[in-house]
Amino acid sequence: MAKSKEYELRLYVAGKTSRSELALANLKKYCEEYVKDRYSIEVIDLLANPQLAEGDQILAVPTLVRRVPVPIRKIIGDLSNEEKVLVGLDLRERQ
Amino acid sequence: MSKVLKAKKLVNLEKAPTGINGLDEITEGGFPKGRPTLLAGNAGCGKTLLAMEFLIKGITECDEPGVFISFEESAKDLALNVASLGYDLDSIIADGKLRIDQVIVERSEIEEAGEYDLEGLFIRLGYAIDSIGAKRIVLDTLESLFSGFTNQSILRAELRRLFAWLKDRGMTAIITGERGDTTLTRQGLEEYVSDCVILLDHRIEDQISTRRLRVVKYRGSTHGTNEYPFLIDEDGITVMPVTSLNLNHPVSKERISSGVQQLDVMLGGGFYKGSSILVSGTSGTGKTNISGYFADAACRSGDKCLFVAFEESPQQITRNLQSIGINLEPHIKAGLLQFRAVRAASQGLEMHLASLYKVIQKFKPQVVVIDPITTLASSSNVRDSQNMLSRMMDMLKAENITAMMTSLTQGHVNLEQTENSVSSFADTWLLLRDFEVNGERNRLMYVLKSRGTHHSNQVREFIISDNGINLVDVYLGPEGMLTGSARVAAEARAKSTELVRKNAMATSKRELKHKRLAILAQIQSLNAELAVQDIESEKTNANEEERGAHDSADKAAFMVSRGGKLRG
Repeated sequence: MAKSKEYELRLYVAGKTSRSELALANLKKYCEEYVKDRYSIEVIDLLANPQLAEGDQILAVPTLVRRVPVPIRKIIGDLSNEEKVLVGLDLRERQ
Repeated sequence: MSKVLKAKKLVNLEKAPTGINGLDEITEGGFPKGRPTLLAGNAGCGKTLLAMEFLIKGITECDEPGVFISFEESAKDLALNVASLGYDLDSIIADGKLRIDQVIVERSEIEEAGEYDLEGLFIRLGYAIDSIGAKRIVLDTLESLFSGFTNQSILRAELRRLFAWLKDRGMTAIITGERGDTTLTRQGLEEYVSDCVILLDHRIEDQISTRRLRVVKYRGSTHGTNEYPFLIDEDGITVMPVTSLNLNHPVSKERISSGVQQLDVMLGGGFYKGSSILVSGTSGTGKTNISGYFADAACRSGDKCLFVAFEESPQQITRNLQSIGINLEPHIKAGLLQFRAVRAASQGLEMHLASLYKVIQKFKPQVVVIDPITTLASSSNVRDSQNMLSRMMDMLKAENITAMMTSLTQGHVNLEQTENSVSSFADTWLLLRDFEVNGERNRLMYVLKSRGTHHSNQVREFIISDNGINLVDVYLGPEGMLTGSARVAAEARAKSTELVRKNAMATSKRELKHKRLAILAQIQSLNAELAVQDIESEKTNANEEERGAHDSADKAAFMVSRGGKLRG
């Protein structure tokens, strides 16, 4: 289902911390605003699935990974800096 | 009271053996167990290899599984790199004892947008550790993180948390770091790791590279403080803890033969076992021959001998010694004699020392011959070589090995002053010298010193012939000291003079005897004459008496006839 979307995003978090909540809320907000209905978000809790950290080379949390479109992009932090998130995800130009 | 307790704690500091040759001696047992150790050094000085060997030895020798977190090389590359040391990583990994994780920090891929922490790294480490129950972990090199994240304050706080976390989990960790210009590591990792810091160094002097290791600090433990050379070869890493500060080698009163009987006599019974012998002389004085004799004698008595040759190949030495009646082949076949022929310039002094140490550890010889030691000196500066030689002596003495070193002295310098003052390390010093006179060159030998033995103060002529080495007393006569043909001639001359003298003596003895006999004969004839004389005189007396009687009778008759009276 997620594969059909234009933007496949993955958010890695470590437990339900205020920072991870904030990151998810921020991400949802930007997506709704710029790529509505063209995105999918998968949230991965590394505390529950630690083995998944290796695959996407996750060091910092929260980390947002844009898997599609390629190339893969990574944005770390609570995503409170909107400007950087938009540049990082290449969302603005498509607007 | 508390002081006492503290001291006790220090002694009991638990250590994780590294299993690396020599390193455990320097650190007195290994790295601090359950604590991080920082391994700093320049690129290519062997950090990764040392760290990997620490893990592998932990697995094979201490049954402590290990995790290797590589920030630079891929697992495949690592496996390839250590395969050259004889380790098969894949099989160890398959056994579930080792885990290699590559952490890729790609600055270009990462955008920072807000607050974050490195919990992801912690989770990865924790997962890797838990998956195999690891006790040891290597982070190689953690500094790569600094290129991946721009927010230094977050990074530093997280590093501090990381080390605390590793300690909490009781992980014996090695953190490697690139050497900085003014600090131990470029990013000042030493600030976080305060328990144990090891510095590796790779220096090139005179085009010869030498790796060195130094324990910069080791909290709560004593440790060797010097720079120790180390060697990376097919057996992994070997560190040389050979500089013993205290001179208390075990000593032996046992003697060991030099192989030359007359020399043993000069030394009052041979060399002491475990002593060091220096044979010095100009070229062509027979140093190698003496060493050959010594090696042969050692092997004959069942000792193992290591022959380190810096100038000739084993084949050449064996052939040359054969020409003076020494056959080393059987000893080689019997495994009693081992040659180690390398060019002195092939590696640095430290490497020579390290490789010699390794060979000695493996072969365990009782006797070592180094021929010649002086080439080592020429390959580097004097202080270094002196240093190295003293360490080598210490090493050999600690192993109670009797060592014979030859030293080539230059013709123009004082013979009794060997280069690098090797002599001070030597217990026995044999000096070989040329003696040129009457158009021929002869060899002389004397014992310059021999600690703790009565030794001859005399110069001997040293003759090398097809039958071997022979030490002959020099000719001391009215013409002074003579050697070679002059000695032979003088000896012959002395012999003939002696013969003449003996002959003359015999003749005069004979003459005297004859004279005596003649005198005796004379005495006899005189005695006979005397006897005749005596008889004659007796006869005369008798006649006289008779005549007297006759006379008185005649007188009486005459008186009677004259009518006279006989007077009373």
